[in-house]
Amino acid sequence: MPGPALRSKLLRDLVRLRGQALTIALVVACGVSSFVALRSAYASLVASAATYYERQRFADVFARLERAPAAVAERLARVPGVAQVEVRVVEAITVPLAGLAQPAVGTLVSLPDTGTAALNVVHVARGRAPDPERPEEILVLDAFAEAHGLSPGDSLPIVIDGRRRELVIAGTALSPEHVFTVPPGAMSHDPKQIVVAWAPRRAVAAAVRMEGAFNDAAFRLQPGASEPAALTEIDRVLAPYGTMGAVPRARQSSHAVVAGELEQLRSMATFVPFLFAFVAAFLLHVVLSRLVLLQRGQIATLKAVGYEDRAIGWHYAQLVGAIVAVGIALGLGAGAWLGEAMVEMYTGRYFRFPSPSYRLDLGTLGIGVGISLAAAALGAGGAVRQVVRLPPAEAMQPPAPARPRRSVLERLGFGRALGAGALRIAREIERRPVRTLLSTIGISFCVAIAVVAGFWSDATDFMLDVQFHGAMREDVTVTFTRPLPRGVLGELRGLPGVRRAEGLAQAPVRFRVAHRHRDGLLAAHEPSSELRRWLDARGAPLSLPPTGVVLGAKLAEVLGVRVGDVVTIEAKAGERRTAALTVSGLADEAFGLQGHVHPATLTGLIGGEGAVEAALLRVDSAALGEVLARLRAAPWTAAVARPGTVRQQFEEQSGGILRVYTLLLVGFAAVIAVGVVYNDARIALSQRSRDFASLRVLGFTRGEVARMLAAELTVQVVLALPLGLVLGSGLVDALISTVDAETYRLPALISVRTYAFAASITLVAAVASFLLVRRRLDALDLIGVLKTRE
Amino acid sequence: MPPPPSLAAALSPAASPEVLAGRGLTKVYRMGEVDVHALRGVDVELREGEMVVLLGPSGSGKSTLLNILGGLDTPTEGTLRHRGAPLHDAGPGELTRYRREHVGFVFQFYNLLPGLTALENVALVTDIAADPFEPEDALALVGLADRLHHFPAQLSGGEQQRVAIARAVAKNPEVLLCDEPTGALDYATGVQVLEVIERVNRELGTTTAVITHNAAVASLADRVLTLADGRLAREDRNATRAAPRDIRW
Repeated sequence: MPGPALRSKLLRDLVRLRGQALTIALVVACGVSSFVALRSAYASLVASAATYYERQRFADVFARLERAPAAVAERLARVPGVAQVEVRVVEAITVPLAGLAQPAVGTLVSLPDTGTAALNVVHVARGRAPDPERPEEILVLDAFAEAHGLSPGDSLPIVIDGRRRELVIAGTALSPEHVFTVPPGAMSHDPKQIVVAWAPRRAVAAAVRMEGAFNDAAFRLQPGASEPAALTEIDRVLAPYGTMGAVPRARQSSHAVVAGELEQLRSMATFVPFLFAFVAAFLLHVVLSRLVLLQRGQIATLKAVGYEDRAIGWHYAQLVGAIVAVGIALGLGAGAWLGEAMVEMYTGRYFRFPSPSYRLDLGTLGIGVGISLAAAALGAGGAVRQVVRLPPAEAMQPPAPARPRRSVLERLGFGRALGAGALRIAREIERRPVRTLLSTIGISFCVAIAVVAGFWSDATDFMLDVQFHGAMREDVTVTFTRPLPRGVLGELRGLPGVRRAEGLAQAPVRFRVAHRHRDGLLAAHEPSSELRRWLDARGAPLSLPPTGVVLGAKLAEVLGVRVGDVVTIEAKAGERRTAALTVSGLADEAFGLQGHVHPATLTGLIGGEGAVEAALLRVDSAALGEVLARLRAAPWTAAVARPGTVRQQFEEQSGGILRVYTLLLVGFAAVIAVGVVYNDARIALSQRSRDFASLRVLGFTRGEVARMLAAELTVQVVLALPLGLVLGSGLVDALISTVDAETYRLPALISVRTYAFAASITLVAAVASFLLVRRRLDALDLIGVLKTRE
Repeated sequence: MPPPPSLAAALSPAASPEVLAGRGLTKVYRMGEVDVHALRGVDVELREGEMVVLLGPSGSGKSTLLNILGGLDTPTEGTLRHRGAPLHDAGPGELTRYRREHVGFVFQFYNLLPGLTALENVALVTDIAADPFEPEDALALVGLADRLHHFPAQLSGGEQQRVAIARAVAKNPEVLLCDEPTGALDYATGVQVLEVIERVNRELGTTTAVITHNAAVASLADRVLTLADGRLAREDRNATRAAPRDIRW
C-alpha cells in the first residue's frame, strides 16, 4: 500500500487542481442532487399517497348517477369483483363568501349517519365530525378553510339547490378524493374557489330530497378482480338510474392529476441524471487524460523507484474518487434539501395529505452514488488504464510531439484568406479533433438544458394562447347549477350590454372504432358559433357539421380514424343512445379527449329538449361590471369565469413554480458550461503555457495572447450552439413523451426567444469561465515557464 | 592495511562477485516502418562495490542499456541475470519488485515530484522499501539536512539532483544507476553531485553505474565502458580513481 508520501502527493494535486476539481464536483453534484431530489420526492409522494389511500380506504371505482333507490346498493355489492360499496348523496353547492369576486363552487357529500364510511373516509384535521343531531353542522375541506381563514365554530353560507343556508363549521377535513382540486372552468388550482363540504346523510338527503336514495357510489374491488369487467357490470346495474358511467381510480379527477404529476417526476428522475453523468464522465476523461499526460514523468519515476502499477493506478483512482466524493456529498445534501422542498411545495400548495412525510431511503442514495461512481469509472477508466500500462522506460521520455502539418483549410487553398491567427486556431483544433468535438458536445448540453428551461414557458404560453385566444373567444363563461332550457339564452341576451349568448352542453360518451375506445366528453355548440372556434393542424377554422363530429386530433389518433371515417359514439348519460357519426374535421386542442357536435346531434344521443349547461357571452366592456354582478346574483349560476382572469390566475400560480424550475435548470446548464469551458481553458493553458510565454517574451501583449486562447474556445462555443439547439429540441421531445398526451399535449415548439435565451446563458457562462482562466494567463511566469523542461 | 576496493577490483577482477551480468543484450525499437537497433549484442557485468562509467555519444545506446540493467525495460534478445536469477524474461511485477528492492535511480532531470517536499520525495521510496534509511539521514548524507521541507521549485538544480540521489540511496539499494546526473548542471554543481555519488559508492559500497557523455567523468570509475552505435566499443580499467574535485571539463 502506498505510504504517507503518496498521500501527500494526492492532497497537493487536489489543492493544485482545485478549480478544475470543483467544477467537476459541481457537475457531479448537479446530477446527484437532481436524481436524489426528483427520486426522493417521487418516492415520498407515492408513499404518502399510498399510506393515505390505504388508511382512508380510497375507492377503486367511482360512479355518478341521477337517483337510485337505496336498495340498489345491495345489487351493486353483488357485482362480481366488488368487495365493498359505499353509496352517498352528492350535490353541487356554491359558497358566496364576502370578499370573493365569484362564489366558490364545489360539492356537498353525505357522511353515514352512524359510524364511519366504508370507503373514502375523511380525515378530520381540525375540530370534529358533525353531530348527526345537528343538521346545520358540516365538515369543510381543510384547504378551503385555511385559504379563507375559517375555523371550527365559524358559520358558512352555502347555496344548495338554489337555496341559501347558513351552516356551521364543526371541523375541517381532508379526503383522498380531493388531494388535488380544480374548480370547473378553471385550469388552475385555487383553494379559495373550490369547496367540499360533508354533512350527515340524513341532513343532505333532506336538503336535496334524496331520502331513501343515492346518486353517487364508490367501490373497492377484490384483489385480482378484473376492473373492466366490474366497470361494465356496474354500468349495467346503474343504467336505469342515469349513470354517467363508472370510472376507475386512474380517471378519478384528483388521482389522475396526482398520478400524472408523479409519473412525470419519475421519468425526469430517470432521465436527467444521465445527462449529468455523461458530462461528468466526459469532464473527468478530459481532465484526467491531460493530467496523466502532464504527469507522465512523475508516473515513470514512481514506477522506476518500485511502485507497482496497481498502486499508481489506485493513486489516480483516488484522485478521481476524491473529486467525485465531494460532488456526491454536495449532491446528496442539496438533493435531500431540494427533495424535501419539492415535497413541501407539492403538499403545501397542491396535494393535500394529512401527514405528508419526506423520506430519503438508502436505495435512492445508493443509486445516486452508484450513478456517480459509474460516471467516474467511465470517465477516468481510460486514463487510469493508461497510467497502469505506461511502460516505465517509455514514460521517462516526453510524449512524442504531434507532427505539425498544414490544416485541411490550408490544403484546400484557404490559407491566405484566413490569415495567420485563424490558421493557428485551425491547426490547433485539427491537432486535437476528439477533444474539440467532446468539448463541443459538452457545451451543447448546456445549450440543450437551457432550451428545456425556456421551453416550459413557451409551452405554457402556447397552450394558453390556443386555449384563450384561439378557442375561447367569449368575454364571460357562465356555468349553470343544472342544465337549463335553451330559453335561458334569450334571457341572457336581454341583459343590457350582452351582445351575444351561445349555449353549451356536454355529455360523457364513449368513442368507439372497432375494438378501440376511449371515454371522453361530447360537446354541443351553436352551429354558427362565433365564441368558440376549432382550428385544424394548419390553423384553419373548422365548422360544425349538421350531422358529423369534429374530433380532437389526439382522440382521432388514438382511435385510428381520419376525416371521412365513421366513429361510434355511445352516450353515457340521459337516454344513452348510440350513433355512428362521420368525422368531419380534426381539431388541434391542447387538453383532454373530446368531440364537438351540433346541438341536435347531442340531443339525439341523450334525449331531452336540448338543455344547456353553460353559456358563453360577448359583453360590451362598458357593461361588463353590471353584467357580472347580475350573473353572480342569479340563482342558477354555479360559476362565472372570464377567460382573461383565468389565464392571469394560471400564470400567477404556475408562474412561481415555473420560475423555480427555470432557475434550477439554468443553474444546472451554467454549471455544465462552466465545467466544460473552464476545464478546457485550463488544459489549453497548461498544455501551451510555454507557447504563450514564448509569445509574451517575443513582445505579444497579454490581451493578444488571451485573444488566441479565447478564439479557440469561441470556435467550440460557436459549434456547440447549433448542436445544442438540435439536442435541446430532442430533449424537449423526450420530455413531451413523458407527459400523458391524452390529458394534455405540450407543443413541440421552441420559440426564437428560448433559443436566444439558451445561447446567452451559454455565452455568459463561457465568458465568465474564460475570465477566471485569464487571470492565470495574465500571471504567467515568463522566465519560470521557459526554464521548465517540456 | 587492506587495499581500497577499487584497487582490489583492478587487481583481481574475478574476486568480487557479479551483481548483474548481461550477455548479448540486444534492443530493437520499431519506429513506424523502421527497426531501430539501440543495442546490438552487448556483454556487460557489474560487480559488487565497483564504480562503472558508461561513456558514449548521444544515440550510442547508453540509456537503453541502463534502462535494461535497472529493470525499466527488457532486452529484445540476450540474457540478464541479477545474482544469477534471470531478469530478461521477467514480467512487469517481477521487474517492479527488482527495482523496488535492489535499484536506485538518478536521472538527468532529477524527476522529483514537484508537489512533494524534499523529505517527502525521499519518503516516497522509504515508504515502500524493505530496509530503508531514515529519509532525514539520506538527505543529511547529501548535505541537505537544512532543506528538508523545501519544494523542488525552491531548490537549485544541484540541490534537486542531490535530493534525487538521497531518494535513490535511501532504500539502501544494491545498485545505483545514474543517467547523466550532471548533464543539466554547471561545473561546480556537477562536481558536488559527483562527490555525493562517489561518497555513496565508497562509504556504502553500493555498486554504481554512471552514464555520461563527458569523458572527464570517466576518471572517477574503476572501469569505463565505451559504447558506440549500440555496441561495446572498448573497456578500460583505471588503476586509480580520481577524486571529483580533481577533474575538469
